[in-house]
Amino acid sequence: MNTAMVEAQGVRKSFGSTEILKGIDLRVERGSVTCLIGPSGSGKTTFLRCINHLEKVDAGRLYVDEQLVGYAERNGRLYEMKERQTARSRLTAGMVFQRFNLFPHMTVLENIVEAPVHVLGRPRNDVTAEAQALLARVGLGNRGHSYPQELSGGQQQRIAIARALAMKPKLMLFDEPTSALDPELVGEVLDVMKSLAEAGMTMVVVTHELGFARQVSDQVVFMDQGVVVENGAPADVLGNPQHERTQAFLSKVL
Amino acid sequence: MQQQHSLPDTRQDTPAAPGDSIPVVPLRHPLRLASAVVLILVALSAAWDVAVNQRYHWDVVVSYLFAPQIIAGAGLTILLTVVSMSVGIALGTVLAVMRLSANPIVSTISRGYIWFFRGTPLLVQLIFWYNIAALYPVIAFGLPLGGPSLVLGSANVLITPLGAALLGLSLNEAAYMAEIIRGGIGSVDKGQYDAARGLGMNGSQLMRRVILPQAMRVVLPPTGNQVISMLKGTALVSVLAISDLLYSAQIIYSNNYQTIPLLIVASLWYLLMTTILSFFQTKLERRYGRGFDAAPRRSLLSKTPSKTRSKTRTI
Repeated sequence: MNTAMVEAQGVRKSFGSTEILKGIDLRVERGSVTCLIGPSGSGKTTFLRCINHLEKVDAGRLYVDEQLVGYAERNGRLYEMKERQTARSRLTAGMVFQRFNLFPHMTVLENIVEAPVHVLGRPRNDVTAEAQALLARVGLGNRGHSYPQELSGGQQQRIAIARALAMKPKLMLFDEPTSALDPELVGEVLDVMKSLAEAGMTMVVVTHELGFARQVSDQVVFMDQGVVVENGAPADVLGNPQHERTQAFLSKVL
Repeated sequence: MQQQHSLPDTRQDTPAAPGDSIPVVPLRHPLRLASAVVLILVALSAAWDVAVNQRYHWDVVVSYLFAPQIIAGAGLTILLTVVSMSVGIALGTVLAVMRLSANPIVSTISRGYIWFFRGTPLLVQLIFWYNIAALYPVIAFGLPLGGPSLVLGSANVLITPLGAALLGLSLNEAAYMAEIIRGGIGSVDKGQYDAARGLGMNGSQLMRRVILPQAMRVVLPPTGNQVISMLKGTALVSVLAISDLLYSAQIIYSNNYQTIPLLIVASLWYLLMTTILSFFQTKLERRYGRGFDAAPRRSLLSKTPSKTRSKTRTI
């Protein structure tokens, strides 16, 4: 029945006594691009991390690819998943971080083949060939033997995207992928993300790049203080915001 | 010296672009030269004095350098170092992970262990283990509160001087290694955990493949220090009448009264062993520094290619 890639129903999350997510309801359709925008502290990143179970959901339900995140439902009870089950369930989504988080002690190629070989147990030769193709796809075919710190931020982020894609995820999560980049490097990363969207990848992107949101996304979600204030087509949310808080945010950002 | 020559060269070459040829006079450092000359003279005269001073008895040093007791003592020193260090690192890793555990009892026990073994002198611990039979005459494994037990035997027989030395050194070392390893794990960026988990790694893969290899870079230099001070620290076990390198030298000079020459013999062996250890430390540090240095690949190669490269660039 449930064909959405991500379906959130009243998702809540607290850190200590601070409630970060106060009941998020959201659908992300398969093959669509969703941009989460909003002021810092609004809970966008926390919600994204919940999708990949890097944070535990306190209340509500979050389905990714029709699977309940972090819990198994049996006999009317929710059983918390064991660590290995959680690790397996994370394979549905690939994640790209603000600070790239490439493994600095491995070459670019080793970064990409690491998880397919050691987590999925696939043969190294096959994976290496695929990794080369992925590197070419993000425009870095000749950098396989460099170490991450020898590369620019934009190059590192493109490699982080290739590393996530090597696991063949059904869904890609981007946590402010261009926020740590020098302005002239933002474009090269956004171009890779655009081509990924055009290829039909389901994407959830936390971003401050409203131009990207307007141009690429199918759905823009404005969050503030742990709730979804407004969501819809980019032309509506960005072009004709209905809510006062959305208007105030956009007038500050634009 | 070579660097001093090549540096002014490149500086003079760089501005020599077409249409812009102003000569550059490199800055001279006369004080550096003067101080170098003075220091070389001081060092040479000190070395000359040591070499010709009859009272050092270099002939005695040479005659005992490869004496069987000395070689056997050096072997025992190496054995004590290798075993105590291995146990220390293994137990230290366990203690470090315990200390980082979310379980407060587990982390408190680790903290208490470290507090005790770092807080009391190693010499006291060694003598304590040596005399353990006074506290526990019989050593047995068993269930607490009077359950069935397996008696292993008398403590006096089981805890030999060598056993006491190994126990004392290992347990003491573990406390220091635990703190070093904990610091190494803590130095790894938290984003690395997110990235590894995001790729579907479980806890042990995350530790083995991502966190520990990066922690190694931070753990290695202080561990090298520990190995070297352990090697020399084993000399403390001479109080337990174990014939390590120092004790062997002491036995010889208590017979022939050649105290200084035999201490020199022991020192030369300690120096040789620490030099070898430092060499391996440098190699290991380079291995685990890959990806963190400015030019990791090039530093592994010999220096010649990079020099030719810099020359062709300036021409």
